[in-house]
Amino acid sequence: MATIEIDDVSLVVPRGDEDVAILNRVSVTLTERRVSLVGANGSGKSTVARLVNGLVAPTSGTVRLDGLDVAEHGPAVRRRVGFVFTQPAAQLVMPTVAEDVALSLRRSIPDKRERARRVSEVLASFGLADLADAPVHALSGGQQQMLALAGVLATEPEVVVADEPTTLLDLRNAAAIGERLLALEQQLVLVTHDLDLAQRCDRTLVVDGGRIVFDGEPAEAVARYRALAAA
Amino acid sequence: MRNPLTLGIHVPGDTIWHRIPAGPKLVGLVLVGIGVIALRGPWPPVATLVLAVGINRWAGVPTATTLRGLRPFLVVVAILAAFQTWQRGWPVAVEVVATTITLVVAATTYTATTPMDDLVGAIVRGLRPFRRIGVRPQKVALAFSLMITAVPTVSTVFHETRDAARARGLERSVRANLVPFAIRVVAHAYATGDALAARGLDD
Repeated sequence: MATIEIDDVSLVVPRGDEDVAILNRVSVTLTERRVSLVGANGSGKSTVARLVNGLVAPTSGTVRLDGLDVAEHGPAVRRRVGFVFTQPAAQLVMPTVAEDVALSLRRSIPDKRERARRVSEVLASFGLADLADAPVHALSGGQQQMLALAGVLATEPEVVVADEPTTLLDLRNAAAIGERLLALEQQLVLVTHDLDLAQRCDRTLVVDGGRIVFDGEPAEAVARYRALAAA
Repeated sequence: MRNPLTLGIHVPGDTIWHRIPAGPKLVGLVLVGIGVIALRGPWPPVATLVLAVGINRWAGVPTATTLRGLRPFLVVVAILAAFQTWQRGWPVAVEVVATTITLVVAATTYTATTPMDDLVGAIVRGLRPFRRIGVRPQKVALAFSLMITAVPTVSTVFHETRDAARARGLERSVRANLVPFAIRVVAHAYATGDALAARGLDD
């Protein structure tokens, strides 16, 4: 597993006349296979996740992946870290299902036939083979999220960061995506409101007010989060 | 999903139109477009339209697909026809309408018979000589495919925004329709930018 180091990271953004701290001196090192982040809306948990592949740059502090500074080596880090967004429609950027997966592979597999073969393999493994030529905007939410995940995993990243990937899905699709994520061989950083899913990870962080207020065993973390939400 | 526009949707097939390489076919489409616009009088554009529809049928593009592609343009075409008839007479109106529909049908046939992957590859190859003056072919090709993909998304946002305004009894308010539409389209553009960066396509 990769070592993700977030070292004394703060993120401050201007809002009106004043600066607002989104993250406040966050430090954590992640080496476990499955790490979940829970917290209220606006707590900063998605921002922590976005630090990992450089979608968000900290105001101060450093983020490293296996010692590689994310701020300095963004493209190299992003080749190793896949990211699944909450809203899959924004992540799907090509007209059809097969073409969207092919886009992920354009750099790693220059040969068109080999790329098409790999696309077929990926779609089959995600149960999307019958939809290869379907328009992405005509898919259901569950199919779109499955396709987004397929597009990310096609490049075989070492780390997968998923930012509330089940939030917009119905129970069946949420369960399918959740199971798929938890079964990954890759290291998983999962931001979620699904506390059952969070508890099935190896380690859970509770984020509140831009700080990590608990870091440890998932069941205890979820209990702390429930108490925090009830307060 | 509402209003599934078909622009940019590949329809698999094995006709000659599917087999022509994407690059030469794109050049052909551009030349046809220039040629059709240059035609004068009502009947040459009508003849070109008949030819374009014939090729569209030959390529095996489903009629429903072509009609869905045309639907968003019908209002514009109707307004153009009425205006041209009023201002310059029916021959000019026929010329303008036939030319516009021919271009849409030809473009629909092109995108239906050409996988986006091939189109992107053709654009990259075609722009390679321009690298020395700073053009980045991969970026141009990606922008082109994003533009095509964005059409149904923007259309969906438009309909959702209109429905939301209706639900609040504000269907006649330009502000209630346009402001959220603009904000959502810009938000989608930002989200797409993030997604491209996350997929390593920003460098």
